[in-house]
Order: sequence, then C-alpha cells, then structure tokens
Amino acid sequence: MLTMPAPDDAVLARRAEIVAALRDIVPGEGVIDAEEERRAYETDGLSAYRQLPMVVVLPSTVEQVSAVLRYCHEQKIKVVPRGAGTGLSGGALPLADGVLLGLGKFNRILDIDYANRCVVTQPGVTNLGITNAVTADGFYYAPDPSSQIACSIGGNIAENSGGVHCLKYGLTTNNVLGVQMVLIDGTVIRVGGKHLDAGGYDLLGIITGSEGLLGVVTEVTVRILRKPATARAVLVGFPTLEAGGDCVAAIIGAGIIPGGMEMMDRPAIHAAEAFVNAGYPLDVEALLIVELDGPAVEVDELIAAVGEIATQCGAVYSRLSKSEEERARFWAGRKAAFPAVGRISPDYMCMDGTIPRKQLPFVLGRITELGEKHGLRVANVFHAGDGNLHPLILFDANKPQELAAAEALGADILRLCVQVGGVLTGEHGVGIEKRDLMGTMFSEDDLAQQQRLKCAFDPDGLLNPGKVFPVLHRCAELGRMVVRGGAVPFPDLPRF
Amino acid sequence: MNDVLRPQTLDQLRDTVAAAASSSTTLEVAGRGSKRGFGRPVQAARLLDLSAFTGVREYEPAELVLTAGAATPLVEIEALLASKGQMLGFEPPDFGALLGAGEAGSLGGAIAANLAGPRRIKLGAARDHFLGGVFVGGNGLLFKAGGKVVKNVTGYDLCKLIAGSFGTLAAMEEVTVKVLPAPAKQRTVLLFALNTVEAVAALTQGLNSPHEVSGAAYLPAPVAARSGVDYVRRSGASVTALRLEGTALSVEARCKALCGQLSHLAAIEELHSMNSARLWREIRDVAPLLPDPHKTLWRVSVPPTTGPTILARFPEAEFYADWAGGLLWMAVQEKAEEIATELRAAIAAQGTGHATLVRGPLPLRAAIPVFQPPDPAVAALSQRIKDQFDPARILNPGRMYAGV
Repeated sequence: MLTMPAPDDAVLARRAEIVAALRDIVPGEGVIDAEEERRAYETDGLSAYRQLPMVVVLPSTVEQVSAVLRYCHEQKIKVVPRGAGTGLSGGALPLADGVLLGLGKFNRILDIDYANRCVVTQPGVTNLGITNAVTADGFYYAPDPSSQIACSIGGNIAENSGGVHCLKYGLTTNNVLGVQMVLIDGTVIRVGGKHLDAGGYDLLGIITGSEGLLGVVTEVTVRILRKPATARAVLVGFPTLEAGGDCVAAIIGAGIIPGGMEMMDRPAIHAAEAFVNAGYPLDVEALLIVELDGPAVEVDELIAAVGEIATQCGAVYSRLSKSEEERARFWAGRKAAFPAVGRISPDYMCMDGTIPRKQLPFVLGRITELGEKHGLRVANVFHAGDGNLHPLILFDANKPQELAAAEALGADILRLCVQVGGVLTGEHGVGIEKRDLMGTMFSEDDLAQQQRLKCAFDPDGLLNPGKVFPVLHRCAELGRMVVRGGAVPFPDLPRF
Repeated sequence: MNDVLRPQTLDQLRDTVAAAASSSTTLEVAGRGSKRGFGRPVQAARLLDLSAFTGVREYEPAELVLTAGAATPLVEIEALLASKGQMLGFEPPDFGALLGAGEAGSLGGAIAANLAGPRRIKLGAARDHFLGGVFVGGNGLLFKAGGKVVKNVTGYDLCKLIAGSFGTLAAMEEVTVKVLPAPAKQRTVLLFALNTVEAVAALTQGLNSPHEVSGAAYLPAPVAARSGVDYVRRSGASVTALRLEGTALSVEARCKALCGQLSHLAAIEELHSMNSARLWREIRDVAPLLPDPHKTLWRVSVPPTTGPTILARFPEAEFYADWAGGLLWMAVQEKAEEIATELRAAIAAQGTGHATLVRGPLPLRAAIPVFQPPDPAVAALSQRIKDQFDPARILNPGRMYAGV
C-alpha cells in the first residue's frame, strides 16, 4: 500500500483557527468544514484511495486563490489543488493535514476569439464545454480525454491530458497557449497568451503536466481548430495480436496519420460488445478502429489505402462506417470499454503505460503471463497510434489479497513497459499511483533534477506533497548535492 | 576565449561541466556554432564544444521517433528522414545565411533556440516535437528527461524547459524527437496586391476554413520582389500565400476549394511543387527576403490579428509576416535602441507577445534586451530556475538575460 506523508499534529491542532482564517478570505459556503460535506472530496478518479481533507476551500476569484495560498504559505500549511476530481492517478487525493483547494467555481468561458483561433476560459470549465461553446461555428478543442464530459480544462493542464486524437493533434501541452497561475506565495503570474511560443524560458511547457505541484491555474487560453470536413472509421479484425500490431506499423509506415487508431484485445472486445452491441466481431483476437478525418476526398483515398494494408496484414474482418451514426457506434464500444469491463468484474484497475509500438505483441503476451502469475485476468485497450496501452486488471476487492495482487500486477506491467523502452504513464499522470515506480524509469539524479524545478516554484514543498515523487528531498539538501567529481580540472580532454 | 573544451564521451562531458562548476569557470556552449551570433554576447572563459556528440543513434520510421547526438547536423537528419518519406514537422529554418554562419546548425541547436518554420501554425515548434534527451546540468549533474515514445507524461516535462533555453540550463548530449510522414504533394495559393489588413483577413479566412492550411504568409511588394520564384518576384505587387499539403488528390481538391473561397478578394495564382517549396523555404529562412546585413532584424510573435496595427507603427521597417500575421520579421536601419522600446510597447498595447532581436551588431546586442524582458514576477521565477540548474552560473552566462 502507498503511504502518504505523516500528518502534522501541530497543524491538525490548529484546525479551528485555520478554518476561521480561511472563512475570512472566502466567505459563506466557500469554506467546507462539516465532515459529511468534506466526504464528497475524499477521493478522485482513483477511488481505491480515500482521505478526508482537513478543510475544503472553494474560492471564486483570483484574489481569493492568491490570499488562500499566501495564508497557507505563511502558516506552512499543505495545499492540494483539485479540478473536477476525475483524475485516474490520485493527483487530487486530499491530505489529512492539508487544505483542499477546489476550482469548481471558476466555471465561465471568458472570450471566444475566432480570428485568433483561441478561447480564454476559467479552469473549472469542462473540456467538452469548450468544444460545445464553439461547435456551432464549426470549431472544436482537439484533446479529448474519455472523461471530457466531466473533466475540467484546469485539470487537463495539470495532467497534460490526452485522448484518442493525440497522435494527429497533440496532447494538452501542444494545444494550450497561455495561463494565469497563482504561485504558493500568492504571486499571480501570466505566461503566454494569444501568441505562440515563449519569449524566455518556456514556463507554460513545465506548468502543463506538473500535477498541481507548481501552482494553481486560474485562467487558461487554448487553441481551437476548425472541425475536419469529414470523418470515417473502419473496423478491422485480426486472428492474432501480432497481425494487428503489424497493421498499425504498416499504416504509419505508409505515411498515414489517422485521426484515431485504437486496438482492443479479445477480452475487451467481448466485454464491450456485450455492453453496447457495437457490432464488433467476436471471433477475432485483435480489433482495430481506424478513423481518418479531413477533406472528404483525402479521407476516401486514405481509408481505401488502410483497407488494402489491413488485407495484406491478414485481416479477417473489415467494415467501413457508412454513416455518422455507424461511425459513432464503432466508437461507442471503445469508449464504453472501461465501464463494460466494470460489468464483468466487481472491480478493475486501469493502467496507462506507453511502449514502442513494435513491442506490442511481446508486451501483450507477457501481460497475460504476468496475469496468470498473479491469478488475475487482464483486458487490453490500446491507443495504438501512439503506443499508449491501457491494461484493465480485473479483480474483486472483497476477496482477501486481490487488491494487493492487482496492485502488484499493475506494477509489474508498468515495469515491463519501461523495460521495453517505454514509460510509466502516457496520459493519466503519476500522482500517487505510479509514484513509487518512478525509480524504475529515472535515476536518483534524474529525479533530483526534476525536484530542483519544484524548488524554484515551491521551496517549502507545500503544494500537493506526496504526489509524483517517491522521496521528497528538502530543497536545501538538493543544494548541497550539487557538483560532484570535479576535483581534477578537465581531465584528459583534447584541447584545441 | 582562450581554451576550447571538446569532451568526447558523456562521462567527459559531465566531468568537464562539474569541474567548471566547482571552479566557477564560465562556458560558452556550442553544438556546431551556427547560432553563436544569436542572443546577448556571452563572455565565457572557455568554449564547451559539443561537436563530438553526433550521429543518428536510433531511428525506426514506423515508431515516428528519432534519437541522435545533440550536435548532429540538421542537414544529415533531414536527408535521412527524406529517404524514408519523413520529416521534422516543425520545419526548422536554416539561419546559416541570416546569422552569417553558412549552415543550418545542429538538431540540438534548433531545439535550444526553439526554432520553427511556417508549419508552426499546424504542427508546432521544436518544443512540441522534443520528446526526451540526455543532459548535463550547469550543476554538473548528468540526467535524462522525457522518453523515447511519442506520448509521455511521466514527471515534469523538463524537455520543454530546455527547449528555448539557449544552453543556459544544461548542455545537451542526446535528443529524441518525434518525426512525421512528409506530405506527398504541396501547392500554394497566391493572392496579389492586398494591403496588410486585407492580407491578414484573407489568411484568417484560410486558416479558419476546413482546408488545412499549413503555411500562411504575407510579403509586401518590395519583399516579394526578392523571391527566387518567378510568379512572386514578377508580380510587382504584395503577395499573400497559403500553403496546402497532403496527398495529391486532397491537395488538388482543397486548392480548388480555397481558390473559390478567396477569389473575390484579389487576383489569384497557384504555385505547384517546386515553386511552392522554394517560396516556403525563403519564408522559413528569412535571409532571402530580408538580406541586408546592415539592418537589425526583429522576430515578433503576437496574436495574428494584432500584427497589422503593430506594423503600422513602424512605417520605416521592412517586414513580412508569417503564421497568418502572428509572426512578424522586421528589418530596421536606424534608431535600433528606440525601436526596441517602441516595439515592445506596441506589443503590450495590443495584448500579449514578444520581440526578439535575431540579428544585430554585437554592441547593440550587449546594450539592449535581446529577448523580451519578462515582468518582474516571471523574471524572478526564471532566476530561481537558473539558480537550481546552474547555481554557479557557468553555462552561457548572460546569453538570454543579464544574470541568466
């Protein structure tokens, strides 16, 4: 089990005083003190972990956010920022001695600027809310995590969220233009805007994906795109996972970047079909959904090319969407894969590694073996275009030891991803879930260098401690570790 | 500069930087040295020459990922990618002529300066394609960041910090970038004789259409007259250009549709493959269009619609616009110091953005802020970041800002 930093009794003893101070900053219902109301915030999308926060604050202005952070900074009180609470890695798990800072009241879109192709919004607006605001005019916001109906754009910035269209359109980091952010000492900074790229250090690039450890985002500017003229999808089934993997490589090798390219293995296909009747074939080992989007003539040309490649790769099933309704049905199965698996198992755990695509058959085979070793079944869905694998580990939390076995299997799977040249997380973030595995991917020095960034933003480590990094170095210690092995000046170097 | 340090291995690189850090020996960091004239002048005790770190180390086209030594020449990488029908999506410019170095420089250098060409508006800058790498921080610590896969959110995205940091935080040994299939075909729609305001409006229409425009530039008549492309040079008028790339059928269909949409605005012409590629190379590399080395050259990134208003403040400047008006290249002859202040004030008055002095005499680059001066809170944060990665301030001291 994961351990969180031990609560500070001195802070807990001052709880009433802290609540009162916060009420002075955020009046009325903006400070939540009652235990039954705080209960609503005890977990996020990683619901196996729960912790009641010391107090919940829901500010509604930037000035309030700044004042809350300044107070916490002065009083050395920990702060956990929270968007919509849909994150899958426990990034918004509260701390027993920490203030939970919710951004839910920042729910307005501030500016829609078609001429500059961007939207300025408050961070609590949902991902889909941005697209909905511009869809009538033919635009959309490209990153589309599957939780897009509920997840907030501020949370997307924190996690650098992806979705099924990342390979072609990028993750959040490639689609955000600017933020207003409050630092832990209450300083409000603006980074970026409606222009491209940074004039100095790319702070926007490091804020995005920083999992709430560097500051609290209070305003966001994102790029919007004109909707593609057409989208069509094709379902292709294969008798082996290898054949499916080969087909993905061959499509990309042919110079085609699909709008989306998803793969499911047999257990995932069966679960999804039983749940939504998407019309998936049940006698294949691997099912690919390939979607092409763009100008109609190009989509028709490329979808025909994909069909030929699939045939050459040994496809035994192929079906092209003939209408928008049919295309939506192809996707309905994939998008419902997680809840579908939830129907065939009391509990499941969703993993999120990325691997080099060529390793897919080996990795899937090995996952099956690892599952057998731990006595658990695994269903796999896969963002095949960008190598992002989501193994769903099936277990029953009510059976003794099964949660522990599932966690052990999950850790084995992520180690496997790193071992074949991949990474621990493609889009869900490290949070608490993968925190203790960071050492399998990064050396002590790699992690120390990352924590130096934290020291530049939050030297006291008050923002979201216990997340992302397994060991929290004090910034003063990191300072002392600097410079080693430099006793001999420039040993054995050619000089010119 | 009395000494060149040329480490041959990663360990030597680490030891070199560590030794320099412990003795507070300042280092000017160079890959192929093609951009040494870009930025504030660096006064360093020694040159840290990274040219030993070359060569493509991993490249599998179907994985869309390439790993190379940081000092690998861009021309070598682009030739290899082209042989497999792929490209660097961010279309790195060749500033060899612009900066007087005669060559495009290295992949690591393109990342360190966060370069991007006309395709920036569609596919992003160097930062967006920089997936991972191996570095030695100014603190002497060898570290890796990112990964070798296209989708990764594990830990802080330190690659973004290093991209565009001009060697002031870490020396690069190895970089991994995302690569993409090269389009089979391209065409460019030209509109003649529009003024700046009309041109930006036309480019906006193009970018807001579903035709997937991958380049959107405006060349005033005197600048267009310098193009090596006949249709552009001989037009005798300003040229507004929109590029379409993709499969042959798609490009033809979109070109027809876009011409139909814009033809009421101006006289129209189409450039096909070779001419189209040549024009966008000129726009990408700047020097062919603004060649006078005696003029100082500014690179201005702003919200596209604010471009014309800013340009109107500087009637004496020669200029052209890329990124649908969002990127302004401005060449000015006189009063360089006053223009720096006025230009930044004009940007601030219109919203957000930044101006960088890309080419100018050394005394000028020492006298005025070459990079956009950040507001005090962001400046303080940048200083703290520098403190963390390069506490002895040995790497490219002062290259971006005094004290950074």
